[in-house]
Amino acid sequence: MKKTIPLLIVILGGLIFVAWAFSPHYIIQEVFYNQFYLPWVYASSGFAMLLGVISLSMMHSNKIKRKGPKWQYSWFFFASFIVTTLAGFIGGTQKGGLLMWMFENMQMPMSATMFSLLAFYMASAAYKAFRARSPEATVLLVAAIVVMLAQVPLGVKISKHLPTISQWILDVPNLASKRGIALGVGLGSVATSLKILLGIERSYLGGGD
Amino acid sequence: MSFELFSNLVGAFFTLCIFSFLYKDNPFYQAAEQMLVGISLGYGLVFTFERVFMPYVYQPIIIKHQFVLIIPAILGILYLFRFTRNLAWLSRYPIAFNMMMVGMGVPMGMHASILVQMRQAMVPVETVNLFLILLGTVAVLLYFFFSKAHSGVYGKFVNVGKWYMMIGFGASFGLTVMARISLLIGRIQFLVNDVFGLLK
Repeated sequence: MKKTIPLLIVILGGLIFVAWAFSPHYIIQEVFYNQFYLPWVYASSGFAMLLGVISLSMMHSNKIKRKGPKWQYSWFFFASFIVTTLAGFIGGTQKGGLLMWMFENMQMPMSATMFSLLAFYMASAAYKAFRARSPEATVLLVAAIVVMLAQVPLGVKISKHLPTISQWILDVPNLASKRGIALGVGLGSVATSLKILLGIERSYLGGGD
Repeated sequence: MSFELFSNLVGAFFTLCIFSFLYKDNPFYQAAEQMLVGISLGYGLVFTFERVFMPYVYQPIIIKHQFVLIIPAILGILYLFRFTRNLAWLSRYPIAFNMMMVGMGVPMGMHASILVQMRQAMVPVETVNLFLILLGTVAVLLYFFFSKAHSGVYGKFVNVGKWYMMIGFGASFGLTVMARISLLIGRIQFLVNDVFGLLK
């Protein structure tokens, strides 16, 4: 009951979806997929967002209650979350409203800066990792430097052939390695899907009975 | 002070709060980090309500009287039982309902990730580059084939795959760094042109 029925839903539903991928029949394409499955998935998926909201709120409220490390900053989370939510529900989501103003002038600058910070950390990590200790690391370092230099005017000034070499690296050895990896990933994902479909892999159902 | 300048100053303040982490961890960074999470979550909640809940739950049930959709709405509510100790197992039902799509993943994944890639790899070897691509693809695939020991002539061939991957990883790393650098340039341009430019 607790695990068997969800497992049966996945196996039987999964087999229907295998048929869906092969059969163009009206019942499976229109009645099952468009009229039944999609509206039901959309209607149920919105509640998953609430799961995230409650989970994060519980984590922060527990932190405040227990006065865990850096608990004071959890108030900033609650304050910004409540203000944003109220701004959206009361003021609406149109451009010019408070929600979009907060998004454009607070969320976007902060997330773009957060990602741009990674440029510094990647550079220092690269220095530690790529010090040409082995021939393979040297090849990696050279490929990275060529690709980076080819994208800036300085690279073209060093050699006018650099963009051509960079493009060749991207189009030939890079393509071959990515294709090999993609084939491996594809085989792995199909194998995992089959394991779930046959009920061998059950970790998505969580622990307990 | 114009509204545009005020908005840019707010953006600049939060940009500098995040950049302050480059010096060391500090209260401004910690506060800005939590606010980023809070605003993103609030934004996500509002848009989920407007773009998912309203058109797929509220309007069909309340306005169009499609009462059958109460069932998936209840199914969605079962997600929330994850937080209870005794009824947490009920949250497996909506998860299972969503996991049905894994059946679609078998034939579709086989087609998109395997057959299409194989078709692209099996073109007539008319140029040196096409030969190098074929050689690299086979060598990389064999590198991940662990049922045979990587020794002798086979080991040397498989080693070619490792070299191909090193070049590929180097290229990916270079592209990623440049993408981050362009974001950094964007932030600096914002500070220099949009904030200090307006302040002058």
